[in-house]
Amino acid sequence: MSNSPLTPGVVAARLPAGAYADNFSDVQPVFDRHEARVAADRCYFCHDAPCMTACPTSIDIPLFIRQIATGTPDAAAKTIFAQNILGGMCARVCPTEQLCEEVCVREVAEGKPVEIGRLQRFATDTLMGKGVHPFTRAAATGKKVAVVGAGPAGLACAHRLALKGHEVTVFERRAKPGGLNEYGIATYKTPENFAAREVEWLLKIGGITVKTGVELGRDVTLDQLQAEYDAVFLGVGLAGVNALRASGEDLAGVRNAVDFIAELRQSDKPAVAVGRDVVVIGGGMTAVDAAVQSKLLGANSVTMVYRRGKDKMSASEYEQDHATQSGVRIIYGAAPVKVLGTSAVEGVEFAYTHDGPNGLEMGETFTLKADQVFKAIGQTLTAAPIAKDGAKLVKQQGKIWAGGDCAAGGEDLTVTAVAEGRDAAEAIHASLMA
Amino acid sequence: MANLTTNFIGIKSPNPFWLASAPPTDKEVNVRRAFEAGWGGVVWKTLGAEGPPVVNVNGPRYGAIYGADRRLLGLNNIELITDRPLEVNLREIKSVKRDYKDRAMIISLMVPCDEDSWRDILGHLEDTEADGVELNFGCPHGMAERGMGGAVGQVPEYIEMVTRWCKKHTRMPVIVKLTPNITDIRKPAEAAKRGGADAVSLINTINSITSVNLDSFAPEPTIDGKGTHGGYCGPAVKPIALNMVAEIARSRETHGLPISGIGGITTWRDAAEFMALGAGNVQVCTAAMTYGFKIVQEMISGLSEYMDEKGMTNTSELVGRAVPNVTDWQFLNLNYVTKAHISQDDCIKCGRCYAACEDTSHQAIAMSPDRTFTVKDDECVACNLCVNVCPVENCITMIELPKGAVDERTGRPVTGYANWTSHPNNPTATAAE
Repeated sequence: MSNSPLTPGVVAARLPAGAYADNFSDVQPVFDRHEARVAADRCYFCHDAPCMTACPTSIDIPLFIRQIATGTPDAAAKTIFAQNILGGMCARVCPTEQLCEEVCVREVAEGKPVEIGRLQRFATDTLMGKGVHPFTRAAATGKKVAVVGAGPAGLACAHRLALKGHEVTVFERRAKPGGLNEYGIATYKTPENFAAREVEWLLKIGGITVKTGVELGRDVTLDQLQAEYDAVFLGVGLAGVNALRASGEDLAGVRNAVDFIAELRQSDKPAVAVGRDVVVIGGGMTAVDAAVQSKLLGANSVTMVYRRGKDKMSASEYEQDHATQSGVRIIYGAAPVKVLGTSAVEGVEFAYTHDGPNGLEMGETFTLKADQVFKAIGQTLTAAPIAKDGAKLVKQQGKIWAGGDCAAGGEDLTVTAVAEGRDAAEAIHASLMA
Repeated sequence: MANLTTNFIGIKSPNPFWLASAPPTDKEVNVRRAFEAGWGGVVWKTLGAEGPPVVNVNGPRYGAIYGADRRLLGLNNIELITDRPLEVNLREIKSVKRDYKDRAMIISLMVPCDEDSWRDILGHLEDTEADGVELNFGCPHGMAERGMGGAVGQVPEYIEMVTRWCKKHTRMPVIVKLTPNITDIRKPAEAAKRGGADAVSLINTINSITSVNLDSFAPEPTIDGKGTHGGYCGPAVKPIALNMVAEIARSRETHGLPISGIGGITTWRDAAEFMALGAGNVQVCTAAMTYGFKIVQEMISGLSEYMDEKGMTNTSELVGRAVPNVTDWQFLNLNYVTKAHISQDDCIKCGRCYAACEDTSHQAIAMSPDRTFTVKDDECVACNLCVNVCPVENCITMIELPKGAVDERTGRPVTGYANWTSHPNNPTATAAE
């Protein structure tokens, strides 16, 4: 072994070859049948259940858990997929501790919610493992719909439209469909190529053509799509990355966290280079995913720095605990002042922050040694093909609909994107059949 | 600590917890382990007549019903009486009794329905130094097809006849074990009493099919594609057993007849309930078969603690304490009014009370947009369903309206005791004089 966690600079292969498989394996393996039955037995089958209300896709959670408890996981999976066709991915990546499980009455009563996310994964994995697609298309309507972006919103929209009998073409700028599911989520949350397998399974509904490597504005225009299709759905996500607006941002070794995460998902792990001293700037899930995976690649020290307090951090308590348990140090209440270094980054100067009359104010400074810096302070819309509501697209304008991270309203979550894609499909269907 | 020593029809045991006649009491090795664990007595698994022993099936003998987390709630069996030679059982009974003189040793018996058979088997027992016999008139499966067990227990005249034979041919106390597979449990109890029984024990198992295999379409337990009805026991049968014990305890004809209570006793509390309804002691089987012999230690500590709390020094102070409070429906106070009350501090907002009341009862619970559940006193009939379905103990309670308070549902003030016998709607009412 040539490199170790102590090797200076941004290098690959810091760990023994065998360590990567363990580090990047399933962070929370699927329940076996017995575990699922025990977990399912804890559900109270609440009336008008709070968990169901908290789910952006409104999955009938008490019903699917009862279906697991009574030995019919395939029926449970159908209950889930009827509301959320990406229920398999959502079972892996949903911040359930901030959604369904946070409001579970057993969380309220005992501090131990029913493990809804893991039960959902048990059900969806069971059915998907059989290669069964549980839905059949309605008779063809003769209507054609273009979906731009094969991320969660686009896929959910395309599936629901195909289900209704419409002919769907999905345009994706990247080489593979899946969007953030394929490129933007930590490997240990979705190992074994799950994102790609899920897309393949979803497409079994039929009636969906996916065209990859086609970018809106470059390879095809919105006008062309409007002319050729009866409706257009934009689920283009947020392709831009916010800048630090601190000097030294352009030094070698400063990188967008989303690019690092995408590289990790598409590469052999030992080949991915990582710094000896890594600093991640940001407080969301992207920051946590980059920080934890840096550690898993063998970085010697990884520090996440967030400009506000713990309570303001958008990564959940669970995610923060996962980070610290993985060896990541989290500094709250500090903002970057400048990135230090001559040709490559050598450190980052931060200032402690406090709330002042004019917002966040900077105070005492300190410096963290760094040979790699990841920026994870949010993504932005790069193109504005239709009117905007604030920083994001309006949800409907003429025969164009929008949903997911690029559209106004809602949280930037996979599950929210699925809900918006699905609901847009229903609206498009209603409009086309009117 | 309360004294749990029990004297049941002259048979002394260090506590009222006996193991019922069943697989746990079939062999010396089990019974010694039971006594070491602390059981006060055993009823040795039923012996048959001399000669070739019965045979059992060689496939599954038990079927089960489960609650949440696969807790065993009910067990059904198609096992017959002991399938070991009579002389082996007798030798082992004698051996164990010699080493555990302070424990109760009862021998369960089942032989054909003729006086010679009973005289012969009782003769064989003389030498064992056992403390008593229990006549198995209960097992509903297998042996009943041969005119024994439940077949005898369903004919009061036979019970009386066999009991009389046994009293004639043994000096030991005779306990008659009753089957619940009958319409009125008082009739066989009365017959046992007429025959001279020292006590009755009940209930034996209930005829049952626990489940059907939906692949092979056969009842379970399944023997080579076929199944048969078996005897049901375990926590699920406790309410049935309690009622039958109470009926015997409060009946004019059988009041005072000693009762050994059996049926789903799993904890000290179950045992105390049977005793409060008139059982002088209790017999346990399924709980031991589910969790092992050690459970008796919880039963002993639990009953002791309870008796200490109540200031009882001897189990006889508990036995029968609840019998005067078992009455007929017609004597229940129709002017006793309660209303459900939901403790908002304890409520976890699951809404099951609301679903139960709104869908299936009296639409007497209101649900606010923030999931606060409150009882509508003007609709609540106090049925108790909300209490029963609430997952949090004591979150919903029934509050009694004091005399003079107005019941918002009826608009009438609460008055003193009055029952159906004098109610104006009762066509056969007798005016209260």
